Amino acid sequence: MSSTLKDSRLLENYILTIADNSLILAQRLGELCGHGPNLETDIALTNISLDLLGQTRSYYQYAAKLAGDGKTEDDIAFLRIEREYKNCLLVEQPNTHFGYVIGRQFLFDVYHFMLLEKLQNSEDETLAAIAKKSIKEVSYHKRFSGDWIKRLGDGTEESNQKMQEAINDLWRFTDELFYMTDAENAMVEEGIGIDISAFKESYYSQVSEILKEATLAVPENKYFNKGGKEGVHTEHMGYILADLQYMQRTYPNMQW
Amino acid sequence: MSEKEIKNLEAIFEARIARDEKIEPKDWMPEKYRQTHIRQMSQHAHSEIIGMLPEGNWITRAPSLRRKAALLAKVQDEAGHGLYLYSACETLGISRDELYEQLHSGKAKYSSIFNYPTITWADMGAIGWLVDGAAIINQVPLCNTSFGPYARAMVRVCKEESFHQRQGYEIMLTLCRGTEEQKAMAQDALNRWWWPSLMMLGPTDAESIHTEQSMKWKLKRKSNDELRQQFIDQTVPQADILGLTIPDPDLKWNEETGHYDFGEIDWDEFWQVVKGHGPCNKERLGARVDAWNNGKWVRDAAMAYAEKKEANKLKQAI
Repeated sequence: MSSTLKDSRLLENYILTIADNSLILAQRLGELCGHGPNLETDIALTNISLDLLGQTRSYYQYAAKLAGDGKTEDDIAFLRIEREYKNCLLVEQPNTHFGYVIGRQFLFDVYHFMLLEKLQNSEDETLAAIAKKSIKEVSYHKRFSGDWIKRLGDGTEESNQKMQEAINDLWRFTDELFYMTDAENAMVEEGIGIDISAFKESYYSQVSEILKEATLAVPENKYFNKGGKEGVHTEHMGYILADLQYMQRTYPNMQW
Repeated sequence: MSEKEIKNLEAIFEARIARDEKIEPKDWMPEKYRQTHIRQMSQHAHSEIIGMLPEGNWITRAPSLRRKAALLAKVQDEAGHGLYLYSACETLGISRDELYEQLHSGKAKYSSIFNYPTITWADMGAIGWLVDGAAIINQVPLCNTSFGPYARAMVRVCKEESFHQRQGYEIMLTLCRGTEEQKAMAQDALNRWWWPSLMMLGPTDAESIHTEQSMKWKLKRKSNDELRQQFIDQTVPQADILGLTIPDPDLKWNEETGHYDFGEIDWDEFWQVVKGHGPCNKERLGARVDAWNNGKWVRDAAMAYAEKKEANKLKQAI
């Protein structure tokens, strides 16, 4: 009994490392709604945000069911403390300008697609089903962000410079995508989780190929930052949560 | 073309409208018809785009994941409405960039209601219920307007608006069935949005400069005052179901007329907001201008990239 309980907690944690990325990125994209460079990109980014939010809900509903303590998707989304959110640092980075929005999206999408591709074969049927549904959406996200990387990289001198600036700044958060937490390692052993560290090389080669096509330089960082997956976030996270949790914290225990 | 020929074309044109035929972009039309439609349709498109802002203000703070997704989808619908209304407008020979220019310079107007702030979550309910409700009353008759592209766009817009209105009402209903705090939040939102919603239906008939011509072209089927009465008659029973009080001490049912009597609208406030001095005029227009200016390098890049690709294709073909 105690070992089952331990496993289900690890599985819950594993789900959060995937789902929190979707939630926080959806939240960041939600900030942009109505402020895009044109209506078409505004609509596309809102679409991506909606997809990610839908995925988040499927994962959280499953995690809530596993927890079995009466918690709902909203309790998981809104009522944890910052240290309990497991998203990577990349997705919480701000919408500094459109180059950052696209850079963040692209660096995440390539990873996200690889993860879901494998997760479709998870021994856990629910996770496999969510992955199967999500990968269709994420394949579109990846195409959208990859196309924009090319447009901005190979557009004008100004856009090239801005896109390069964003890629250079965000690059230090890419290594964390392949960092394995205890929960991830445990789930790999169970045949439920994905050993994402094995795909690091392929990730960088895919990303580099598109950056080169976009006439952008591939950064050569020696140093990277991590922490989000262990709940140690950048200073941005507190402000994201202040918005995200505002209603639930101000008006506890109500139905909306 | 001689004056006589033009008169003749005008007579044929008016007769077509009278027979309820649709006017299509390539058809001959009087210049005034074209200008009036550019003005009204672009004003409508601008309202959709500006209207994204007050609701967009609550996307990051929506109280549940379900509400957050619904709000995102709603604001996205508004962007979609803007997109096809701009496209419909472009069929009259004006570009989207020119229309934006008119908005950004303050030459073109948009619905004044969006110059009010959204300060609580209940405002998301009140906007859906009241603002979309008033918009539907304004827009349903436009599904049969004489200009084909506008009429067709409005059929789709109205379907989505009525969904938004039900969604807004459902937010209000949930609040009113909730705690005392939630109900107070709902009442406060109604108090703030009621009068501006009545103003949305336009100045009183005596002051409305466009009505007569618009009636002839089926851009309007009922006068502003008739539409306002319809809105009030329809909305008061809905407020009763919510258990909320309409903030008008003069509001009462009139057995004789079969309508609600209502109090005096503060037209000074209406004109103040229309003239650009409402609570958020500066912020709303400022946000649009910023988005446009900040996005210039992105649009330029997309254009330059497309041109390069096109040139490469040509090279390969040769």
